[in-house]
Amino acid sequence: MRSDLDIISTWIKPGQKVLDLACGDGALLERLQEQGVNGYGLEIGPEQISRCIARGVNVVEQNLDQGLGNFADNSFDTVVMTQALQTMRFPHLVLQEMLRVGQECIVTFPNFGHWRARWHLAFSGRMPVSDLLPYQWYDTPNIHFCTFKDFEVLCQELSIEIISRRVTTQGSGRMIKQALPNFFGITAMYHLRKR
Amino acid sequence: MSEIDDHSVGLVEPQCAEFNEALELASGRRLEQYQLMYECYGELNGDASNAILICHALSGNHHAAGFHSYEESKPGWWDAYIGPGKPIDTSKFFVVSLNNIGGCDGSTGPNSINPETQKPWGPDFPRLRVRDWVNSQARLADLLGIQCWAAIIGGSLGGMQAMRWSLEYPERVKNCIVIASAMKLSAQNIAFNETARQAICSDPEFAEGHYQQQDIIPRAGLSVARMIGHITYLSGDGMGEKFGRQLRSGTFEQGQDEPVEFQIQSYLRYQGEKFSTSFDANSYILMTQALDYFDLAREYDHDPVKAFCHAQCKFLVVSFTSDWRFAPARSREIADALMAAGKSVSYAEIESDAGHDAFLLPNQRYETVFSNYLKGIAQQLEVSNNAQ
Repeated sequence: MRSDLDIISTWIKPGQKVLDLACGDGALLERLQEQGVNGYGLEIGPEQISRCIARGVNVVEQNLDQGLGNFADNSFDTVVMTQALQTMRFPHLVLQEMLRVGQECIVTFPNFGHWRARWHLAFSGRMPVSDLLPYQWYDTPNIHFCTFKDFEVLCQELSIEIISRRVTTQGSGRMIKQALPNFFGITAMYHLRKR
Repeated sequence: MSEIDDHSVGLVEPQCAEFNEALELASGRRLEQYQLMYECYGELNGDASNAILICHALSGNHHAAGFHSYEESKPGWWDAYIGPGKPIDTSKFFVVSLNNIGGCDGSTGPNSINPETQKPWGPDFPRLRVRDWVNSQARLADLLGIQCWAAIIGGSLGGMQAMRWSLEYPERVKNCIVIASAMKLSAQNIAFNETARQAICSDPEFAEGHYQQQDIIPRAGLSVARMIGHITYLSGDGMGEKFGRQLRSGTFEQGQDEPVEFQIQSYLRYQGEKFSTSFDANSYILMTQALDYFDLAREYDHDPVKAFCHAQCKFLVVSFTSDWRFAPARSREIADALMAAGKSVSYAEIESDAGHDAFLLPNQRYETVFSNYLKGIAQQLEVSNNAQ
């Protein structure tokens, strides 16, 4: 189980109604269902949709770049988007939509400010390619990278309150890494609500 | 002679159920007695929990899978999806498929004898609505000892029946699979149906619906009606790819005045003619009217969310990208209403260039979605049977 899913599971309370944007194979929703959370996943990948159905997870085929206009304001307790914000055409509009449809939202994304990415760019002079982000720049679904700092500036601009923030790190020295998330954090996890 | 493989339900025999208790119809009229033709595939389990009902579309009937004889050239209309190891797996489920009342394949309909007059009903057969079919299907379920369907599945007009079931008999259906359907027809859809009906009515051989008594058939009218329908069941791209501007006969060479016939012309004519001898014109009118009249949320203040609040089952909704007769947008409306009503629903939009007909044809992704969903139902049945 991905550790970010562990953390997300603790942010969502049993009985809540959840919308999982770009829900992938439905692993998070399946886990949430086990803890009594009801929800739907939105997904666009045919194979992912089939996997969700095989898991018994509610999945609806929908292109997120076309918005969430089919959902009423505040119709969900929490709207989740894991590792997909960077693939959206307009991440800021998606964020605003998430907070219109949900009371709260949870977003996770790869931190482009991680020291490895900085190292790669600084010394090889080329866009980082890593295990987590294995794509070449010209052929990647990840079209809008940001760092923790970038994201928090955006939250400020959009009047979004950060309820809590976590990062996943690698290796030892967890304390210092949590203290310098923009440098050591691999995946950023934000729990947000409207201010 | 037909090839019958391991994934076919094999030879099947239609059965006929007689109902002598009057059926009150939505129109206010009643059908004093009626019969339903049906077929069953697979075996009903001990607690009758593995039954699936197949609801047919406009021109379908009870013969959904397998063969009536070794001489039959084509299997039932949904054979691609019903059989051992197929998405609707008859080694796990007991599948029931019937011909609806108003049809013309053995169930009571316009070409049956009206017991009061001892003449064919013809155009006097009561107009039907989707809920009448659902009520008659519920009687068939009673007869077969099925208290609750594991799933009710239908494409197009069949999907409308499945949805109506979920509202009228919420405690009698666990899963509802709605394929290439809609909560109500658009004006354009009604327009196509009306054109088809007018083609039939304007044929002198229609004799205002009393053709049967005069021993004639409105062949030309029914044929044109089918041609119109057929065009709308295919996609422009699919038709272009299959037929293009290919000629069946004649030439465009300079100096030639030979009449030219395109492949699509002869194809459509063949489809029309075939249909005109196998389907009843009054049934066609009745079925298309039922399609036009259907409006899922009419008595729920025209609010589909309010309507679906009455449902208790889970839903799978499927549409096809090139289907313009029952466009994906119509299926998305169903999925949206179900989500707003807080119901369990999955929705898949299958890439296909086969138009509305795609729901009947083999398609890898469609098969995967369909069988994954039904495998889930089968697993739940196993779990609950083991728990008992």
